[in-house]
Order: sequence, then structure tokens, then C-alpha cells
Amino acid sequence: MSDTSAPPATRIEPPVTEEAEGFWDATRRRELVLPWCGHCRRAFWYPRPVCPSCLSPDVGWKPASGRGQVHAVSVMYRPANPTMAGRVPYAVALVDLDEGVRVMSNVVGIEASEVKVGMDVAVTWEPMSDGRNLPLFAPDARTP
Amino acid sequence: MSADTIRGKAAIAGVADAASPTGDLELHGRALEAAMVREALDDAGLGPGDVDGLFAAGEAMGLAEFLGMRPRWLDSTMTGGSSFEFHVQHAATAIALGLCDVAVSVYASTPHSDGKRAAAARASGGGGPGGGGPAGFGGGPGGAWRPPGPYPAMAWEMPYGLRMPIGAYALAASRHMSEFGSTAEQLAQIAVSTREWATRNPRARFQQPLTVDEVLASELICSPLHKLDCCLRTDGAGAFVMTSAERARDLAKPPVYVLGAGSGVSHSIISQMPDLTTTATTVSGPIAFEMAGIDHGDVDLLMLYDSFTITTLLLVEDLGFCKKGEGGSFVEDGKLGPGGSLPTNTNGGGLSYTHPGMYGMFLVVEAARQLRGEAGDRQLPRCDVAVASGSGGVLSAMSTCVLGSEAAL
Repeated sequence: MSDTSAPPATRIEPPVTEEAEGFWDATRRRELVLPWCGHCRRAFWYPRPVCPSCLSPDVGWKPASGRGQVHAVSVMYRPANPTMAGRVPYAVALVDLDEGVRVMSNVVGIEASEVKVGMDVAVTWEPMSDGRNLPLFAPDARTP
Repeated sequence: MSADTIRGKAAIAGVADAASPTGDLELHGRALEAAMVREALDDAGLGPGDVDGLFAAGEAMGLAEFLGMRPRWLDSTMTGGSSFEFHVQHAATAIALGLCDVAVSVYASTPHSDGKRAAAARASGGGGPGGGGPAGFGGGPGGAWRPPGPYPAMAWEMPYGLRMPIGAYALAASRHMSEFGSTAEQLAQIAVSTREWATRNPRARFQQPLTVDEVLASELICSPLHKLDCCLRTDGAGAFVMTSAERARDLAKPPVYVLGAGSGVSHSIISQMPDLTTTATTVSGPIAFEMAGIDHGDVDLLMLYDSFTITTLLLVEDLGFCKKGEGGSFVEDGKLGPGGSLPTNTNGGGLSYTHPGMYGMFLVVEAARQLRGEAGDRQLPRCDVAVASGSGGVLSAMSTCVLGSEAAL
């Protein structure tokens, strides 16, 4: 391989869709942003060109705290696909962000089986092969 | 016009299904679909020339051409496993309005034998994909459940390695356990009760009794769900014929009346489910029950989608047989099994009878057989009202049918 600047993908990397370019650009700076409806004055998830509550096209991006709580969690003892085989067992969680949206992610930095519903978590970043960073979550200092 | 106008207007007049203890069927693709259509029409005492409404969970136009049919009502509603409960609702509506007279819905999927057929084709140097029919939810080789086209799960779920579909249900189970204290043992009891019914079905994939300990000792795949919390992966097929109540009375078998039908859709991908422990069956169920004019005590048979044990648990709650959150303690005494107070999934369910990917067809077929008194060793002593409640996608598209005998009409 001649190009050594791009590390190989270690998981299935998300495509960059037109409506999510702003989200992925921010991840290059390790910033978590959320789609925001200017009409409803609140965040929504996932990124789309109109607000899923009011269908207003007046949508943009707002920085998020990166903090939230585990809403539900499942530990994968079998990988979803071969790219994840080396990570087994790993925790897939739905995380309720402080901004009121629920996102899927992995909780890392702790034994997978120790991830519990209600646990406080904060965003952490995993580099992708194209300079983007994938938002993951780790236990937050708020947890004693 | 109020929705209650379809009550008792349409009936299921013929049914068929195919499954085998080996998990394999000989036919596949369109040939298997055609066999099911023919068998269901035979069961009704009707012929292909009588059919003017055709239903398939996918592309129905090509199927119509293949079957030599020229329907005036075509329905390709595809909501995954619940497609066939939607079909009952839609067909009953069309029949009640006089927009079609004889409707057929059909399904065939052979994931268990597709791989062997493909290998045989490769060994013989034969080309082509093997003609396994249109890929469906969970029906394609490899079992990947992925609707066509760009879809949000690619960006917002797949990178995190949630094993599908089991992982989606595992998240729902996780939330149910933490919110309500339900247990792995209670979920396992659902598999055990369902297996008890399967011991009475000579076509069931698994017919040996099962224990809670065996479920808990089976491989933990995606916590909290074990291998034996999961449905099978088998070949299977089925069809049903519907017509007007009036015409059904002149046909070969006792009519199975559609007393009520309702649907509800809350999301497509699991991370968008508004409440992980409450499905849109809370919408579909009350519509169907009210239309049918029944209470919970009137229900003799429950046919509940059981892709995973948690699916059944959520449906029992969402149909209102117990309070939200109390499903675990409700089922743990085995009341869903033989001799229990709420017979559920008497064919052995998707957990032990058959599950080719979109199981909802078998809910309707078994309900019809029980209502007609044709269920053999597992026949309920009294069965006049049956509820078939399907789940499609990942607890996404829910549809409930109340079916009844002449006595319930």
C-alpha cells in the first residue's frame, strides 16, 4: 500500500450523506453537533433535511454537551460482522443525550458486561480511515 | 364511514402452509408460492379463476403474472413479519367495500435450503441465482435484514456492530428488565411453554420438551438474549384465501370471520423506537378488539409473533392481557402453554415450529385451523375467538386481527 496516511477501516464506517455532512465535518474536530430545528427550538435525531416533528426545513447544527445516560444496553458475544470480531464482547447501547435525543453507540473504556442502564457517559472519539471520528461513549466522571 | 363496517363482512375461506421437521422444503420460489395458492384455494373449494385480489409481501405484480392472474385488487404491502396481518386487514376492507371478491395472500421463503441449492448449482457449473424468489426480510442468503435503498441504519446503527435482528430485541429486553425487573427466567418460560405446544405438532422443527435451565444454559448471543430465546431459521410457506362472509358460507370449510383488524407503525430502525418497551400494538390491538366487540376474556387463542421471547412478552402486555411491565410475572406460571389459561402459539410458534423470516402467515393459518377444529393433538377444546398479532421490522409495524367462528359472529 503506497498511501500510509489513511489507516485501514477497523469497522464498517458510516457513509457521508448530504444531510449529515455538517455532523461528520464536526467530528474531524472532535466536536459533537446535533441537528436542530429553528422552529421547534430543539435538537432531533438522526440528521435529515427537515425536522421530524414539524417538517420545517429550517434546520441547522448546534454543539452538544456530549453527555448522557445509558438507556438500554446489549453486549454482543457474537459480532455483527467480521470487522467487529476482534472486539467481542462489546457493548452496544442506546444513549439518552442531555439534549433530549437518543443515539446508538458503543460504550467503551469499561468491561462490556459492566455497562449498566442509567450509567452516566460522555462522548469519546475513535478515528476513522478518512479523518472523521466516530462518536463513542465512556463512563463519565459524574458517576462515582 | 366508521371502521366497524368491516366486522364480519369478510372471512378466511381456505388456508395452507408448509414446513418440515428437517427445516427443508423441496419446492422453492414461485413454485412454492404457486403450490400454496393452489392448496389454499382447494381448501376453500375455489379455483384460480375465482381470484380477483392478490396479496404478497413484496412485488405482487410479477407474482400475478406468474400465476396467470389478472387481479383487480393488488397489494404489495411489505412490513416484514407482520405483512400478513396487514393483508388480512386490507383484504377484509376491500371485500367489505366490494372492491374484490376473492383475495389470496401468499408467502414462501426457503433460507434453510437456499444455501444447499446454491452450492449444488455451483458444483454443477450452473449459473443464475437459483431462483429463490424475491429476497425478503431475513429471507435472503446470509440472512441480512436490509431493506433496499439508502437507509438511516447504514449511518447511525451499523457502525456500532449491533447484531441484527437479535440485537434490536436485546435492547428492548434490556430496557424492560431494568425498568420493570423482568428476568431472563421469565423470558425463558415463554420458550418453554411454546415448545410444549410444539411437542404436539408433528411438523414442528423442534418437538422435544425444553426446560428454563436449558434456555439459560444456551449460548448468550446478545445479552440478555440466549440462543433459545431466538426464533428458528427454517423453510416455510403458507397462503390464505379470503372472500365475503356470504360467499364463504357456501364454500367447503366453515368460514373464519374477520371480526376486527387494526394496525400501527411507530418507527423503522430500533434506535428510533419511541419507547423500547411499548409497541404500536397498543394502537392496533384496541382498534381490532373494539371493532370485534370483544374483551380479553373472550379470547380463546392468542397467536403472537415470537421472533424472540421478548416479542411475545411485549405483545401480551400491549394487547392488555396484563399491565405494562407485568408480563414477566404474568407468563412465568406457564399459562401460555398447554393446559394454561391463555393458550398461545399452539403450533409451536416461530420459536419451535417454523420461522422462514416473515412468520406472520403462520399466525393466521394456525388461528384458522383452531377455529375450524382441525388442529389435531393440539386442538383447543373450545375455540371461537382467536387473536393473531404480528410484528414487523424491529417491533416497528404492528397489526392485530381478531378472527372468529360462526358462534362468535
